[in-house]
Amino acid sequence: MALRVVCYVNQFFGQLGGEEKAGVGPHVVDGAVGAARAVQQALGDAGTVVATVICGDNYAAEHTDRAAAELVAVVAAARPDLVIAGPAFLAGRYGVACGALCAAVQAQLKIPAVTGMHAENPGVELYRRQVYVVPTGSEATRMLDEVKRLVALGLKLARGEAIGAPAAEGYFARGVTRNVVVEAAAADRAVAMLLDKLAGRPVASEVPRPAFPRVPAPRLIKTLEGATIALVTDGGLVPRGNPDGIEALNATRYGAYSIEGKSGLDAAQYDNPHRGYDTTWVKQDPNRLVPVDVARELEQSGAIGKLHETVYSTVGVATTLAHSARMGQEIAEKLRAAGVDAVILTST
Amino acid sequence: MTPVAVMVGANRIVQAAGIIHPLGSADLSPADEKTLRRRIVEQALQALRTEVVKPTVFTRE
Repeated sequence: MALRVVCYVNQFFGQLGGEEKAGVGPHVVDGAVGAARAVQQALGDAGTVVATVICGDNYAAEHTDRAAAELVAVVAAARPDLVIAGPAFLAGRYGVACGALCAAVQAQLKIPAVTGMHAENPGVELYRRQVYVVPTGSEATRMLDEVKRLVALGLKLARGEAIGAPAAEGYFARGVTRNVVVEAAAADRAVAMLLDKLAGRPVASEVPRPAFPRVPAPRLIKTLEGATIALVTDGGLVPRGNPDGIEALNATRYGAYSIEGKSGLDAAQYDNPHRGYDTTWVKQDPNRLVPVDVARELEQSGAIGKLHETVYSTVGVATTLAHSARMGQEIAEKLRAAGVDAVILTST
Repeated sequence: MTPVAVMVGANRIVQAAGIIHPLGSADLSPADEKTLRRRIVEQALQALRTEVVKPTVFTRE
């Protein structure tokens, strides 16, 4: 039986127009329109594009929640077996809209969905964990070839077939770890990998290394005498009783602790749940972890303009990169809003 | 742990006094310990004013 497929495209790929039509809200056209015609071609006899849902990029980006609700409703009305969104290539608003719609369709309608975009489209990082996102080029120069890959994966999903590893099937890794049985023991595979490396043959690690993006280093332009300096730590400083319940490892939370009026950290008032190092010595004297005593002296002597009155603290051991990045971003936003010029982060 | 800081891309890294008490030392007298702490914080403050283009370790002077 041929599958019912609904396509999602933006105003451009739906042939409504360019930027001047980017504010257009969702509407539905029967059958395949614009880029959806490539989907129909790739489907062949396997399925029929019963409707094309079109929405302007700005509408989708500016009214995210409303657009998602409206789009899910029109998709549901077409009763699809599969939703194919995009491909969005390197178009950021379009990619985010495709990811959001696929995620909503899967969660609310329990209908499989697939999209495609370029690796640097922000929609990839936002949605690859929830949605199958097929890598594409940056522009629509090889539309049919790329749509064929989306359709092939989409058909597997719609038919409930097993989906293989990201590299084999062609989608961005979703961060899912699955057990597989392999013939060769780890030692044999490691030696084979080493021999490949020595011989200059291509080598693919079984454990992908996390990517640490380069962050530009702004220099403190103000003089120290005019700057507000904050202290932050991942060494586990908490007030007695750990009021925020910061985890002893694998932390997902951080605390904001006032040091207003304190000339140093009094050991009687603090504790440390960190399970990644022996905290005996920093519990004896928490200034060994967060140097409030000397920072306060430097403030009073005028060597620095001001010591920020809030210390941010979390536990940095076995903490996931995703949680670290989120907490760092949230803390940075709060520090910036408070007028802090620079941070000394003490780490164990 | 400075190699880890370099690996993850921290830009200004000041070598401190050790994992179990980065800004202190239980082996020193309280006065000497505080001098050590002050020196590390002052070095961090100077690092903030220093232009860097890649992860840079400021070693103990």
